[in-house]
Amino acid sequence: MTADLIRLERRLATPRWLMLAVPAAAGVVALLLAAIFLAATGRDPISTYRQMAQASITRDGALSATMITATPLLLTGLAAAIAFRMRAWNIGGEGQLYIGAIAAAGAGLVVGGQGLAVALPAMCLAGMAGGALWAAIPGLLRAHLNTNEILTSLMLNYVAALLGYYLIFGSGSYWRDLTSPGAQVFPQGKEIAATSWWPGFLAPGVVLPLGFLVGIACAVGLFVTIRSTRFGFRLRVVSDSPRAALYAGIRTKRAFVLVMVLSGALAGLAGVSQVGDFAHQLDPKGLQGAAYGYTGIVVAALARYNPIGVILAALFMGALANAGLSLAGSDFPQGLVGMIEGIILFCALGGEVLSRYRIRVGRGSRALASVVASDSTAPAPRVDGIAGEGAGQGGAEVDMGTGRIL
Amino acid sequence: MNDGLVVQLLASAVLFGTPLLIAALGELLAERSGILNLGVEGMMLVGAVSGFLVSQRIGGAGWTALLVAVVAAGVVGGGMGLIHAFLTVTLRANQIVSGLALTIFGGAIGLSSYIGDSQHLTGQAARHQFEAINLFGLSDLPILGPVLFHHTLFVYGSWVLVAAVAYYLYRTRAGLHLRAVGEDPAAADAMGISVTGYRYVHTVAGGVFAGVAGAFYTLALSGNWSNGITAGAGWIALAMVVLAFWRPELVVVGAYLFGGIAALGPNLQARNVSLPPELFSALPYLMTIVVLVLVSSAWARGRLNAPAALGTAYMRGE
Repeated sequence: MTADLIRLERRLATPRWLMLAVPAAAGVVALLLAAIFLAATGRDPISTYRQMAQASITRDGALSATMITATPLLLTGLAAAIAFRMRAWNIGGEGQLYIGAIAAAGAGLVVGGQGLAVALPAMCLAGMAGGALWAAIPGLLRAHLNTNEILTSLMLNYVAALLGYYLIFGSGSYWRDLTSPGAQVFPQGKEIAATSWWPGFLAPGVVLPLGFLVGIACAVGLFVTIRSTRFGFRLRVVSDSPRAALYAGIRTKRAFVLVMVLSGALAGLAGVSQVGDFAHQLDPKGLQGAAYGYTGIVVAALARYNPIGVILAALFMGALANAGLSLAGSDFPQGLVGMIEGIILFCALGGEVLSRYRIRVGRGSRALASVVASDSTAPAPRVDGIAGEGAGQGGAEVDMGTGRIL
Repeated sequence: MNDGLVVQLLASAVLFGTPLLIAALGELLAERSGILNLGVEGMMLVGAVSGFLVSQRIGGAGWTALLVAVVAAGVVGGGMGLIHAFLTVTLRANQIVSGLALTIFGGAIGLSSYIGDSQHLTGQAARHQFEAINLFGLSDLPILGPVLFHHTLFVYGSWVLVAAVAYYLYRTRAGLHLRAVGEDPAAADAMGISVTGYRYVHTVAGGVFAGVAGAFYTLALSGNWSNGITAGAGWIALAMVVLAFWRPELVVVGAYLFGGIAALGPNLQARNVSLPPELFSALPYLMTIVVLVLVSSAWARGRLNAPAALGTAYMRGE
């Protein structure tokens, strides 16, 4: 039997300060690691970070630009948070966002001329329905045919992206602009009527897109739903203790599909806001380049799957993503932002361990080993999760059931 | 006879299937130890760009350059596998999220793009490429010749790899221990097998395989580097492991089947079949879903054979 160099002892309770400190530390450590990498590959990390800070925070209009990228990340972050919190591994947020954008652009083109009062609800409904249906495919396949939702939802991302490309580049579809001179040279989407562009709201020093406010409403709604309603309680039971849910007579398959649909609708809404707030047309290439769906997973993990935490994480990641997008093409290193996002996720995962376990380093004595043994007799923390601590906290416990991978 | 559509399709099925085969074999090793690694796509992309970078920069004869490039791709892939192993085995982090992190870190918006961009690799013509070899003079055979025996050393190497992995898994003591760790880590631990050690070694091995599989794209398939060159092949390789019931000999079947589907578009387009190219591009993903559904439905459940401890962290006494 090997004595491991690093050993973990389960904490009985997570100190409250750690829950905030861990994600914050993850962001800082990730930026430090990326700085070391930049220096090692012959770039000046300080000037690179200064460039990023200017593009996202300090320059005129930079904060408003950050809000534009934070908005879809808030919504895809919520989509990933609700799904992952309930152990529905929906990594199809990317594709659900595309479908949401396609549906919303379609609705905006049809009713855009009738003003915002008609177009806004129409676009939202169409986009949410599109995202929800796209997510229902892996949801239903998982619930009824036991097909691994990780792989199916991911495959559908590529299909959705190709559908978007087909509509703009591969056909003369309703979405494509076939008349304006620019579009003759390079294919692009038809623009929706300017009267139906979503308004921004002026706050001190920053313009808040309507989509961001919608996202905050969704975050609060989700938080309350999970924490304080019977529906939310049932979802928590199903995810934290499927066996208990079965005994209680909760329909677990239906709950799973509902979570997937809800997650898909939120991701679809991210696509809607991309059309309404920002692009005003279907822009499949732009959506794919931004990769908001995948980044939403980083946002959710950084927020520890807590809807309120997602708001903060989305602002931070939005600043990062905006720096990557607005500096692209200049002498700014392509791919840096994705790397930082990946490292943030590594650090958030590593930090997760800090809040769940005490870490002992070095080959310890027998006394320590007995502490480990006595720890294991403590009541299983998963039971605490059902009793309903906080919305996001059970997410820390996530692990995969055995059957999950099929 | 050797120029017919079917023959060309079969030949390119082997060609396009090879990276899937290599990556899936690696993932199979990791999953047999109980570690699910969703980072295959990221590891492949970083392997693809690193292999290309090394082969472009290194001097000397073509063969040595290519060999060093493939080794470099494997080392980099293995290094990424090590990150996943550290997070999931030592720190017991969630395997799904950690694997996704690896793909985001390495993928088309991450490290692979950083290397390709900062080293100005996009658009460079390859200095060295694997050339097709007439194996034992068999490539002149009708049908079988072009399909099986007119390929690069890479392809022949992948066949050796399948045999080696199958032999290792079913016929060696280490393979037996590996399966024990994946099925019941507590029992394996009680037998004195190092669960941590086996999981580390095989997760890293999975990374090495994925890195090498990625290098296939730049060194044997396309002759250049472009961002996101694997286009989701890593994810299809992951599905391949499930479709093959975690058995190396069946991975071959799945890989060549999907290689054929991936090759369908280019081959038909070369013959001026006018269907939307997006449809052909979507076909591998749609077919993956269809086959996953078939495999996972009740018909096959009894024989599915997934490692029982797949995706779960192990902690002694918990």
